Amino acid sequence: MPDSVDVPFLTGLTWLLGCQLVGTLLVHLTDLPVPGPVVGMLLLLLVLRLRHPSEDGSPAGRGEGSVHVAADALLAHLQLFFVPAGVGVVAYLGLLRADAVPVLAGLVGSWLAGLVAVGLLAQLLGRRSARRGQGGGAA
Amino acid sequence: MTWLLDQPLTWLFATLLAYRGGCWLRDRTGRHPLAQPVLVAVLVLGALLLLTGTDLDVFDDGTAAISFLLGPATVALAVPLHRQLHRLRGYAVPLVTSIVVGSVVSMTSAWGLVTLLGGSERLAWTMTPKATTAAVSIPLSETVGGVPALTAALTILAGILGAVAGPTVLTWLRVRDARARGLAVGAASHGIGTARVLGDDEVTGAFSGLSMGLTAVVTSLLLPVLALVLGGGA
Repeated sequence: MPDSVDVPFLTGLTWLLGCQLVGTLLVHLTDLPVPGPVVGMLLLLLVLRLRHPSEDGSPAGRGEGSVHVAADALLAHLQLFFVPAGVGVVAYLGLLRADAVPVLAGLVGSWLAGLVAVGLLAQLLGRRSARRGQGGGAA
Repeated sequence: MTWLLDQPLTWLFATLLAYRGGCWLRDRTGRHPLAQPVLVAVLVLGALLLLTGTDLDVFDDGTAAISFLLGPATVALAVPLHRQLHRLRGYAVPLVTSIVVGSVVSMTSAWGLVTLLGGSERLAWTMTPKATTAAVSIPLSETVGGVPALTAALTILAGILGAVAGPTVLTWLRVRDARARGLAVGAASHGIGTARVLGDDEVTGAFSGLSMGLTAVVTSLLLPVLALVLGGGA
């Protein structure tokens, strides 16, 4: 990103909000079943790829650009932004208590099932494809 | 005092303080898994709201600015992903396969467990989209005949569960590959889980953010199909 302004955070935030806006607009126009910010994330990734393709392959290459400044600042406190939604859950605790057993066991059980399935499968397949890569297309 | 409690600004200030308190506790406990700032802040603020009998609307008014930043912060997940994208090379099959399987497992186990334990059909459908980020799970819940507000609460709880216990469970299972750990946390606990692992390790965080996005897409496409198969949906 060109850092002509000496407030990289604001420049970066403008980029982030711009991508979010375009993402939200795309969702609005196409009825995509995805939230606007997620589409915005993919758009920003595309922008970063196009402008800094060289970063590909360099382990943890740190861009100095404004987008990196703003993104790192926001992501360092990503947990903060979920606090209001979390507090909103308090209002529904009564509803959850009504069916405590199926709610709690269903929540914990299916959360665990999803986590374990993805973790084990991704690790297993990742090892296999790494081996295949080394074996020069064998297997 | 009552006047003060009715000021949205009071609650914005309290939220920032409670979050800071959570960060302080995390650092003091040597990053204990239970000491997640989001969990600490939610418990403290929830207790304060209940004790003072404050209307949730006042709290929401005050904290709207914080909630708003969730949008650009989600977009910002592209940056760690950009830095780690070279790790995706040769990883397309594990990525796509595990996300699709994970989405199906999350939905069917949620539906099956609730049904098995005597929950209503409505409750079973309410539970099915809870692994996806709230912006997706809430409308999905409505589509398949669940209770959207309850799905919102379950979504948040699934996220907090992942922030607190996700990495620990994966370590028990000897899932050590940072990519697999990230995919798992993002698939089961969306943004809140991502927030936790991003603070621990950038590779895990980058893959968790990617997984959150892909799980949202895959679940949006597959849940209506599941509803047709299981004969649900209102």
